[in-house]
Amino acid sequence: MLGEGIIKGMVETAKNFFGSYFSAERLTTVEYPEQRIAPYEAARVFPFLVFDSKNHAGGTDWESGLRCVACQICEKECPPKCIFIEKSKDKKPDALGRLQFYPARFDIDISVCMSCQICVEVCPFEAIKMDTEFELSTEDRFGGLLLDRKQLAKSNQYYHQIHPAEATGVDAKLAAEKIKAHAKVKITDEAKTAAIAGAGA
Amino acid sequence: MSEMQSHSAILADKPQGWNRPAAIEPQNEGELLEVSMGPHHPSTHGVFRMDVALDGERVIRLKPVFGYLHRNHEKLAEGQSYLASMPYTDRLDYICPITNNWAYALAVEKLIGQEVPERAEYLRVILGELTRYQNHASSIGFLIQEMGASGTPLMYAFREREKILDLFEELTGARMMVNYMRFGGCRVDASPGWLDRTRKVVAGLSGFADEFDQLLKSNEILMARTQGVGVLRPELAVNAGVTGPMLRASGVNYDIRKVDGYGIYNRFNFRVPLGDHGDVYDRYMIRMLEMRESIEILNQALREIQPGPVMDPKAKIRGLRPKPGEAYGRIEAPKGELGFYLISDGGPNPYRYRVRPPSLINLTVLEDMCLGVNVADVVLIFGSVDIVLGEVDR
Repeated sequence: MLGEGIIKGMVETAKNFFGSYFSAERLTTVEYPEQRIAPYEAARVFPFLVFDSKNHAGGTDWESGLRCVACQICEKECPPKCIFIEKSKDKKPDALGRLQFYPARFDIDISVCMSCQICVEVCPFEAIKMDTEFELSTEDRFGGLLLDRKQLAKSNQYYHQIHPAEATGVDAKLAAEKIKAHAKVKITDEAKTAAIAGAGA
Repeated sequence: MSEMQSHSAILADKPQGWNRPAAIEPQNEGELLEVSMGPHHPSTHGVFRMDVALDGERVIRLKPVFGYLHRNHEKLAEGQSYLASMPYTDRLDYICPITNNWAYALAVEKLIGQEVPERAEYLRVILGELTRYQNHASSIGFLIQEMGASGTPLMYAFREREKILDLFEELTGARMMVNYMRFGGCRVDASPGWLDRTRKVVAGLSGFADEFDQLLKSNEILMARTQGVGVLRPELAVNAGVTGPMLRASGVNYDIRKVDGYGIYNRFNFRVPLGDHGDVYDRYMIRMLEMRESIEILNQALREIQPGPVMDPKAKIRGLRPKPGEAYGRIEAPKGELGFYLISDGGPNPYRYRVRPPSLINLTVLEDMCLGVNVADVVLIFGSVDIVLGEVDR
């Protein structure tokens, strides 16, 4: 019969239309600003710099706690080249007690960034991570989207908040590294005293 | 074996000289009307323009014009490391980024001789088939949208696509720009919870295919508009290098998943649907049937996947310097054969980086299919090619 296929299709449409009043599965949208879907833990938007608020230097501010040592690997690997780092002239001790550079300037142009998270992958110091904040509109197209290191710095607690499982793993890894580094320092100290003693004899 | 024979038979009886399509003589007296369709025509899937010469309603000449979305992908890739090109491949065919990642990873793995762990292969197949499913669903949605059924089928397809994109986001962190594969495996492992949710979504996919069939398959308007329209002869399809569902709709049995058996595809049982007529309706049906075969593969892969590493521990992520040489990695992307050709001169960047995009090469037969049809059917034939301009222009 001509028109049978159309009627069949209309039945399907009607099922979906009336079904959406009864079944939540057929009603898939939410009304965004009022209703929100929680982001997935793996969600990524733009990078931020992690700082330890209770850090080795005893400070609680973002500047002394930044994990970044300005090694510039992320700057080199960034596909669209949106990271700009200026290395410091002097060195400061890092969490493991080693003297390290720190970023005198660390800018990310988020109007260029494409959220690929390659910077996160290549960072050997767990210093840069991906944020989940996406409501970032601003009236200033150039200055407002060029984030400096103060705007980028976010605490480790915040990192725990947005990526709990991942952050716990990172903390465990850093703690293990710390223990290893301390053991090494001890050994070298002992070796030094032994060497001095040997020289004295 | 018979598959191969029929294939070579078509190759052998080729020579009709494929230079220009046979010219169509205007029937009416008077001037031809030249129409520029696009680049912002809503049916052109992006920014694509067709210069069409019309005699009344009939198409006499058709010239595709593309390049409006050119982003210099290949040259950019030659100026940066192998890893840095991976996120850019997401942006080629932005409907199915996973398969783009896969083809590029395959090419680099061939170049450096890298093995991939088994679990990573399974994850690649699972994600690749989910991608194929959502690409075919939305491409059918677009096709029906172009026929004038504005909204309904497309919205249903997108409702289903959303479930798959949610899985992508949960695993990779992004819905579309996934940047998931690495040379020697995948970036992150899938949790057992993710696999369970995927099984749940896959269980619902065949129900959606039924619903879509019910909605469209026997629709008289759809049949009247698509059957016998835009016929692509198998000889022409083979000679023009057309691949993917378009080639199979013309009846040529050529699926790189079967021919190459790349990854672990030779472990799975699936059929390759073939068309008889090579018209728009066949292309639509082939996509519907491939969606069902994808579900078959997904069920098998989700049953067989074993725990294990997803990344070869010896694999290097950054600082690759392959030995001088060349490699071509190709896969059966949802739109056809997607290949990446790389030449290394031993440096940290590829010396030459070339993409063989299925969309662009399938588009080259557009004029042949459109000559002599009504201008309203041009939109439909164009929609049945299933292109994404990000891949055509690169």
